[in-house]
Amino acid sequence: MNGDTATFPMGGVHPPECKELTNNLSIETMPTPSEVRLVLKQHAGAPCEPLVKKKDKVVEGDLVGSVEKKLGANLHASISGTVKGVVNAFHPIVGKAPAIAISADPQAEGKSYQPVDWRAFSKEELLAKIKDAGVVGMGGAGFPAGVKLTLRPDVKVDTLVLNGAECEPYLNADNRCMIEYSRDIIEGAKIIMTILGINYCGIGVEDNKPDAIQALRKAIEEDTSKNGFKIVVKPLKVKYPQGSADQIMQSVTGRVRPSGVRSSAIGIIVHNVGTTKAIYDAVVLGKPSYERVVTVSGKGIKRPANLMVKVGTSVAEIADYLGGTTPDLAKVVIGGPMMGFAVSTLDIPVTKTTSGVLFLTKDEIDTQPYGPCIRCGFCLEACPMGLEPNNVSIYVEAGRGADTAQFGIDDCFECGSCAFVCPSKRPLVQFIRLAKMKIKESKGK
Amino acid sequence: MRETQGTAAEATMKPGLASLFVSVSPHVKNTETVGKIMWTVVACLMPPLILSVFIFGFQTLIITLFSVGSCVATEAISEKLLHRPITIKDGSAVITGLLLAYVIPPGVPYWMPILGGVMAIFVTKQLMGGLGFNVFNPALIGRAFLLATYPVAMTSAWLPPIHHAAIFEYMGKGVDAVSTATPLYLLKHYGIGAVIEKFGSMSTIYGNFFVGWRPGCIGETSALLLLLGGLFLIYKKYITWHIPVSMIVTIAVLTWIFGGEKFFTGNPLLAVLSGGVMLGAFFMATDYVTSPSQKNAKLIFGAGVGALTVLIRLKGGYPEGVCYAILLMNTMVIPLDSWFRPKRFSEGAAK
Repeated sequence: MNGDTATFPMGGVHPPECKELTNNLSIETMPTPSEVRLVLKQHAGAPCEPLVKKKDKVVEGDLVGSVEKKLGANLHASISGTVKGVVNAFHPIVGKAPAIAISADPQAEGKSYQPVDWRAFSKEELLAKIKDAGVVGMGGAGFPAGVKLTLRPDVKVDTLVLNGAECEPYLNADNRCMIEYSRDIIEGAKIIMTILGINYCGIGVEDNKPDAIQALRKAIEEDTSKNGFKIVVKPLKVKYPQGSADQIMQSVTGRVRPSGVRSSAIGIIVHNVGTTKAIYDAVVLGKPSYERVVTVSGKGIKRPANLMVKVGTSVAEIADYLGGTTPDLAKVVIGGPMMGFAVSTLDIPVTKTTSGVLFLTKDEIDTQPYGPCIRCGFCLEACPMGLEPNNVSIYVEAGRGADTAQFGIDDCFECGSCAFVCPSKRPLVQFIRLAKMKIKESKGK
Repeated sequence: MRETQGTAAEATMKPGLASLFVSVSPHVKNTETVGKIMWTVVACLMPPLILSVFIFGFQTLIITLFSVGSCVATEAISEKLLHRPITIKDGSAVITGLLLAYVIPPGVPYWMPILGGVMAIFVTKQLMGGLGFNVFNPALIGRAFLLATYPVAMTSAWLPPIHHAAIFEYMGKGVDAVSTATPLYLLKHYGIGAVIEKFGSMSTIYGNFFVGWRPGCIGETSALLLLLGGLFLIYKKYITWHIPVSMIVTIAVLTWIFGGEKFFTGNPLLAVLSGGVMLGAFFMATDYVTSPSQKNAKLIFGAGVGALTVLIRLKGGYPEGVCYAILLMNTMVIPLDSWFRPKRFSEGAAK
């Protein structure tokens, strides 16, 4: 599409993109659900302490949970209504997790926010607004944005990288955000750069999203208050996992993060474009982070869509709103098909990090049994980190998972490229997770 | 840990929803499977087989069928005996059967490949743990076993190429009446002059040998068809160029240096077009299970096979050395892969 695309050189795969189901669908606001369940741990770090109790009345945007510890993020009511108490909700990763349940007040009206000029705020005030709003990394990791932007005085960064790669198949949440909220994202980038005291931002977007690239470039061009900020959109080659932090930093800046240090050690802060939009909302509108764009896609849902959803809405209610599921539904995945989590129930609430809900039919997923490693070496070529998934799996099968540190699996972020290419269909990510567990166990002894 | 039907929480499921699959990510995988790769290799091995019928006669087809049948049957029976899943559909036993037939002379008795197939599949592959666990290339162990047990047939049942597509010419005839010598045998014992005397001028030799019109094992003679098959596998990214190129280049260079009466007077082209070099380079030394996975290790592996081949050809007791060279290098696969590790992402960090 665009001849001049940057990319990372090592490994990577090309899964079918499957974006066409939703890439041209505008973001649609889902009506207020009948109930939300706000999982207390929506983020990396400690879970929230609930600040409300049963039968309390809450209004959309009210603070309902907070964290005393350094790492954590505030939690806000996503709808107006009555607190039903702290319940156990299904959670895609940990199984079950405590959550504040709120039943909707059907009479309540949606809250509106008035924009203010963020330039009036000091750095500290900007940072405080982001922390208060409970903004977390919306790409999936859920790292609290306020903590990420609070740098130790000895750490010097010079570049903000905005991650708009969205390399996961099916997903278009970031794509639609970049198209429809391009100005907010550019303003958000300037807010972040102001807090960091830097003036350069590179936005990495895979070049299968020409509309997003064009919208961002237009927003930058039309920006009347650049104030010395330099924001550049970098089209990236379509290659999974382009949107991984290490890969997009290399693609956009050419810098490589050494093992075991934060990205700030090489002068870079990375934020997802969705997070940047949430930061804009927090600062300019004073709006806490309690809704997000979710791509609902796959052949198993009657009407695929990009939905603006209240955090805590159950997947079942989303499916109902979109006309229900098809009879041949075989797998439901929270997130993308490469790194997302399969769930066994639709009774599962959306969190701040839910970028997609995929309803997949049997012909869209892999259900083949796996065989022995035939040592073809395809996984070595696919791994973006230069690791040896084949050897890890063989060690784990032989009961020697604790001896796999030599293959560098600390660097593995479980992108699934190895398992994607394995002709024996071996569940290599599962083997690696098991190996990580065994290493941890053996260190504990 | 195999993917299983998820145990859905029925109480919370919506009516009409059957239980959902649950597994660790990724939930999508590409379309390559072991079976697809193996059957593609089988397809790439078909042209040399068809041509062999027109070079050595119809009995090559019978020998190959017996070899493949023996390998597939041995695989099924031994997997049954060893309580393993039956995997004959994945095509790997078919490949072993084909390759075993391709490396034995076209005039051997029909029962001989059956014996070799049992040795290749049962002893070399299944007793070592099945697909993925064998140290040695099964087909080559089969050949080595036959060479050790039936040395006369395995070193003398060579047939001269037939003419005018008389494919039934050798059927029912005693091998002794028609057998001939291979180019490598003549070269080793009588020198290049004897080769030219028997096969014509050098340019005729290059042409005929490239197409496959020479005495030799059933499937090894056509450099052209083997090269095309190998290039297709490289194009499909099923194999990489590293092993074939390093092996062929090593054989050419070492033969050129040491293969003549004086240094640097050997004939590299003849060396590459003779014996089992092309078959070995593209279809045997590249066997996933018995070759290294890392690229640098592959280069060393291929060069090692090449060097050992030339050593056996020039100094050893046999005119051809590809089979033993690959088997010897098979033992080096694990050390090679642990010496050459892939470059880690973080090693690219600025110094």
